[in-house]
Amino acid sequence: MAITEAPKIVTARMGHPDSHTLERYLATGGYEGLRKALTMTPEAVAAEVDAASLLGRGGAGFPAGRKWSMLRKNPVSYLVVNGDESEPATFKDHLLVERDPHQLIEGVLIAAYALQVSQAFIYLRGEFALGLERVQAALNDAYDHGAVGEDIFGSGFSIDLVVHPGAGAYICGEETALIESLEGKRGFPRIKPPFFPAAIGLYGEPTVVNNVETMSNLPWIMLHGGAAFAALGEGKSTGTRLFALAGHVRHPGVFEIEMVKTTFADLIFAPVLGGGIPGDRQLKAFIPGGVSAPWFGPEQVDLPLGQDEVAGAGSMLGSGSVVVMDEDTCAVRAAWRITRFFARESCGQCTPCREGSGWLERIMARIESGHGREEDLDLLLDACDNIAPGLTWPPQQTTICVLGPSIPSSIGSAIKMFRDEFLVHIKEGGCPFG
Amino acid sequence: MADPTASTTRVTAAGSPGATAAAGGDDGAAATDGGAASSPPEDVVTFTLDGRTVTAPKGEMLIAAAERAGTFIPRFCYHPRMASVGVCRMCLVEVSGPRGATLQPSCFVEVAEGAEVTTDSPKVKKAQDGVLEFLLVNHPLDCPVCDKGGECPLQDQTLAYGPGESRFVEEKRHFEKPIPISELVLLDRERCIQCSRCTRFAAEVAGEAQIDFAGRGELLEVATFPDHPFTSYFSGNTVQICPVGALTAAPYRFSARPWDLDQVESTCTTCAVGCRVAVQSSANRVTRLLGIDADPVNHGWLCDKGRFAYETVNGDQRLTEPLVRKDGRLVAVSWHEALAAAAAGLKAAAARAGDARRARSVGVLGGARLTNEAAYLWTRLAKGVLGTDSVDAQMADGLPGDLVAGLPRATIDEMVAADTVVVISGDLREELPVLFLRLLGAARAGKVSVIELAPQRSAITPSAAVSLRYRPGDVAAVARALVDDGAPVPDGIDPTALGRARELAGAPRVVVVLGRPTIAEHEGLVADAALTLTAALPGVRFLPALRRGNVHGAIDMGMAPGLLPGRVGLEEGRAWFAEAWGSVPSERGLDARAMLAALAGDDPGKPEALVVLGADPLSDFPDRAMAERALDAAGFLVAVASTPGPVVDRADVVLPAAAAHERAGTTTNVEGRVSRVAQKLVPPGQAWADWMIAVELAAHIGTELAPESVAAAWDEIERVAPAHRGLTHAMLDARGAEDGVVVPLGPGPARRPAPALLDPIAFPGIESVERQGAPPRAGLAEPPAPAPAPATGATPGTGAETEPEGTARPPILALPAGVDAPHVAPTDAYTHRLTVGRRLYDLGDAVSSSPSLARLVEATALRVSPHDLDDLGVGPGDRIRLRTATTSIDVEVDVDPMLPRKVVAADWNVPLGEVTAGVLVDGRHPVVEVRLESIP
Ligand SMILES: Cc1cc2nc3c(=O)[nH]c(=O)nc-3n(C[C@H](O)[C@H](O)[C@H](O)COP(=O)(O)O)c2cc1C
Ligand code: SF4
Ligand code: SF4
Ligand code: SF4
Ligand code: FES
Repeated sequence: MAITEAPKIVTARMGHPDSHTLERYLATGGYEGLRKALTMTPEAVAAEVDAASLLGRGGAGFPAGRKWSMLRKNPVSYLVVNGDESEPATFKDHLLVERDPHQLIEGVLIAAYALQVSQAFIYLRGEFALGLERVQAALNDAYDHGAVGEDIFGSGFSIDLVVHPGAGAYICGEETALIESLEGKRGFPRIKPPFFPAAIGLYGEPTVVNNVETMSNLPWIMLHGGAAFAALGEGKSTGTRLFALAGHVRHPGVFEIEMVKTTFADLIFAPVLGGGIPGDRQLKAFIPGGVSAPWFGPEQVDLPLGQDEVAGAGSMLGSGSVVVMDEDTCAVRAAWRITRFFARESCGQCTPCREGSGWLERIMARIESGHGREEDLDLLLDACDNIAPGLTWPPQQTTICVLGPSIPSSIGSAIKMFRDEFLVHIKEGGCPFG
Repeated sequence: MADPTASTTRVTAAGSPGATAAAGGDDGAAATDGGAASSPPEDVVTFTLDGRTVTAPKGEMLIAAAERAGTFIPRFCYHPRMASVGVCRMCLVEVSGPRGATLQPSCFVEVAEGAEVTTDSPKVKKAQDGVLEFLLVNHPLDCPVCDKGGECPLQDQTLAYGPGESRFVEEKRHFEKPIPISELVLLDRERCIQCSRCTRFAAEVAGEAQIDFAGRGELLEVATFPDHPFTSYFSGNTVQICPVGALTAAPYRFSARPWDLDQVESTCTTCAVGCRVAVQSSANRVTRLLGIDADPVNHGWLCDKGRFAYETVNGDQRLTEPLVRKDGRLVAVSWHEALAAAAAGLKAAAARAGDARRARSVGVLGGARLTNEAAYLWTRLAKGVLGTDSVDAQMADGLPGDLVAGLPRATIDEMVAADTVVVISGDLREELPVLFLRLLGAARAGKVSVIELAPQRSAITPSAAVSLRYRPGDVAAVARALVDDGAPVPDGIDPTALGRARELAGAPRVVVVLGRPTIAEHEGLVADAALTLTAALPGVRFLPALRRGNVHGAIDMGMAPGLLPGRVGLEEGRAWFAEAWGSVPSERGLDARAMLAALAGDDPGKPEALVVLGADPLSDFPDRAMAERALDAAGFLVAVASTPGPVVDRADVVLPAAAAHERAGTTTNVEGRVSRVAQKLVPPGQAWADWMIAVELAAHIGTELAPESVAAAWDEIERVAPAHRGLTHAMLDARGAEDGVVVPLGPGPARRPAPALLDPIAFPGIESVERQGAPPRAGLAEPPAPAPAPATGATPGTGAETEPEGTARPPILALPAGVDAPHVAPTDAYTHRLTVGRRLYDLGDAVSSSPSLARLVEATALRVSPHDLDDLGVGPGDRIRLRTATTSIDVEVDVDPMLPRKVVAADWNVPLGEVTAGVLVDGRHPVVEVRLESIP
């Protein structure tokens, strides 16, 4: 495998320090995709996106075109863009929001036109202070430029766009919690069925929710065609994708990479990408798709960065975050920290997640601090099983949303891959890594 | 084992609580007492439940369908009277689907054709085990010191479905132990299992989201908003439905262990909604009241006043011995001596009045507190023995008795199934709280459109389709404008709103809730409005919103001038009752207003003696000064009372009466629904039940009233009272009639079949297995068979001792052709009209003698519209001078943007500065005119 010469679809402008401004955007082909879309029928725009086979970039990887086509049968009322990105080590939308807000806005406008909605919302993580400022400024400029609002670019199509800041809860990235939050309520996920956004979404109306990166791909797809996008990547995973590389690498950061053509090994070790592990320490494990995903070991490092390929190996590309752990990493501590994140971010409405996360976190903390018992390992797995019965992948669930069944991923992986490490903690009464 | 299919179909027809929940909340089951026919097949789905074939109405939640088929699925958050939320995950079952069988919350999944549902597989059992173990992770397990211990769904379901032992060895979550969230309710967050029953009740049922969740994860806690306690009138319900001991009621906390309590089912008589209650006691003291889920009435809910007013009964302020005034002082005497003194005084009064004034010789005031049986016997004593017709259970604060008796009636279920509900009454949340809940549920669900006619806003205003704010005095004119396009539109009525209201009033099914929008407006004007509506709206029906305990039973028993028992007019019933009783009054007597006015004015037609039956004219009659003068002027005053008060202070003879929960019998609610009240306690000291006092007093006067028991009294009512014909003991006691039977009996069955199984987790603490079905651990339980519905128009009672022969049974009263509504003179530009509404927590006896409630009485201010405040140049919090024709007081003002101009509002019988609004009302005028002045 290799690093390909694929075009930069969403990061092309980022070399410019003023990439967030309307001037730069217009100078680099900005809003041309929208103009083109407005000359086409909404159906044709949607067909182009369908042809691109653009997979949703928010985590679940559902093809955007297909999501929209289900909705065009019963008219959609709202388009909501998910920019809540709050998972640890996930920071790719952050970049898009701060560095190319017009690209995001243009993407939203194209989607809104395809779906024929006149009201769209961009929900941004509240902690994105600069991002919020820039998107808001860009939106004002876009209104002035005639790209948003009444009769945009004289096309007869009108659309309003509202930017809504979150209030600091990871769970509001889950699309139905996000909708509740937008409605001004607590971010409690809704039960699906029946509350699939496509059926009963924002204010009870059919709603499309798409991720920031998903939207940011649309201007390019409009300009170059769905086929050009689909020609990149392989199989189901077309185009390029942003990967947020974090952990023990020399160059952590966001990289736009052609899907499937490149492997995890390339991402982690290629000098132009991750640049390898500092101190040339050994790779111990990595998380291929955010902290909800089961871990991989060095054996899987040559897997291509493709949705089906990773799923076939028992994990997911998820939120596009790759976390690298070197040989000096304590697996127990890593799993504990992830569990603690979930325990703190569980919305608390359903019993297995609310109580299970806290319990698992306490057991993990106890083991990590040297007070574990051997039976704790079975207990951990059984409690995990009560949240995600069978501990299968993809998980089954006893909970309302998939935050719950995401908790077992790291604990299950850590025990499966590093059982000995747990036993050392237990027998020696402390962490061997100090 | 019952045939599940058969039982399912049967209960489907009944409209089960489960079906109600599935329909999205309150009042889905709006079936009439007739019971609906079986659902058509296309509305029925068939699925398998643990291998059995079961049918259920489309749209029903699995958990309810399974329950009716005899399979209890454990649950915490699910409540049959609220919308599902699916959060506790206790009800997980396996449901087949495109991707094989998956665990689904049965409270959130509708029954689906052909689905295979498994409730007892190893996977389900493991999930249930898991959820229970999770719930116990942070639960403090302080059962030995927890009020809920012994009746706790968490305990019970852990025993039935949970793991044997906890594997949790960590430190539990800690919160400060109970924190008060209101004067009545305490919250122990450590015990909370975050089921959201309480928060949903507050938001969804009570319509006031005063409590909600705060925090996240395992620190998710129920919380009030900063500086805003949980002041809802319905807060006690959250305590009752909390499935753990997280919410406790201050009056009950630590007072008993559930297994030491003894229970009877009864009816609340604190107001006239007639909520069904479980009265639980220990050592001859009431320890608490719990709401029973009576489908036609209260759905399990109670208001806090009804729930906690039992403190009055337990109180030490009770009258325990008969008293007679000797040398100006009340002294304790024997019953015989007291009765003899009363009999002598009343006979002397009759003699003073002579034959010409016999029908007005003695005034009998009050009676709304009595049971039907006692009301009947007191009526018979007054009208049949003393020959007086000056009997009035109301205090000019209600509606004319013959109007109420003649109104075509609606039930509560019919109200919530109507197209339009016209509310002409005071704030229902303050006056008839649980009736308000039923109406609110239907209005918020969009099932009915509410038109409100009242001078001031009420709790239903935000849910009303139209609110017509009128000036006191204009109610009849507004009613006319509502149904007649040509009628003049009274000043201040918004024409657009009126137009919309006219449209809605034209709907086929209209129910009018008829009470007193303001006490400072003559009841004749409201009666006039009612007659206008009946004349103009064919098929309109009424729910009379009279408030006091058994006021409807008292009217039905003839406790109003011109009325005889069974909703019969004096003239129409003369022959029949003369035969049954020996004699009836020769002419119509005086109502309360006329009696008190005559006494106060020392009118020659005044009553020569007054018997006051558990009432307090000083706080109940609108004109306090007039009531006071009248009582002082009474020639001979007999007080029948449970607690001391101004009437007892002035009485010549005091007869101590049993209070609520100390006497048995029946009561009648706003619908005309007759239900049982049960005796749970022995009355204190020598207090007697009121019916017995009537019988013994009659004997001392020289007439034996036949009934020697409450049961015999009812038999006599059934025989002689036309509206009660056919409602026998057997019918009242039949299974399924626990919720009461509406009189007069209609053509259909008298009552609906009882729901098969009531969910014991829905209203924990009620111990009646018969009513609630088997405890959950029984797993499969056989639904109790319905009692056969007694036929209607049924067999008369047994003996025929007083059954008049040869005389035709008189007809039930029709509406009067007209009423003498007083003329209201137009106001001048400087005059304001006063409107006076009620508050649930007032200075009345029920509240002031219940310490927990007495604390909740609030001081009030005079409310003025923003315009009028501007004109006066004062602001909220300032004091102004308020002048009436007879008095002047200085009061604080508050702004009320929803008041019409030139109308000022006060509340009844609560502190208004140093006085109460009672000093402002002048009983001689149909409206109260006031002038506002700034204080120099
Ligand atoms: C706990 C949780 C958190 C999530 N957070 C995000 C997020 O921050 N951003 C995001 O786009 N999607 C997030 N998702 C996924 C969304 O629910 C949803 O699938 C996505 O926004 C759809 O957009 P897409 O189809 O463009 O990927 C989250 C899901 C879960 C269960
Ligand atoms: S799984 Fe966790 S985060 Fe999701 S709804 Fe349940 S409690 Fe909330
Ligand atoms: S206080 Fe009780 S009713 Fe309210 S959420 Fe907690 S457990 Fe449920
Ligand atoms: S609404 Fe009336 S009957 Fe019901 S509990 Fe309250 S006081 Fe009692
Ligand atoms: S989730 Fe169904 S009863 Fe709680």
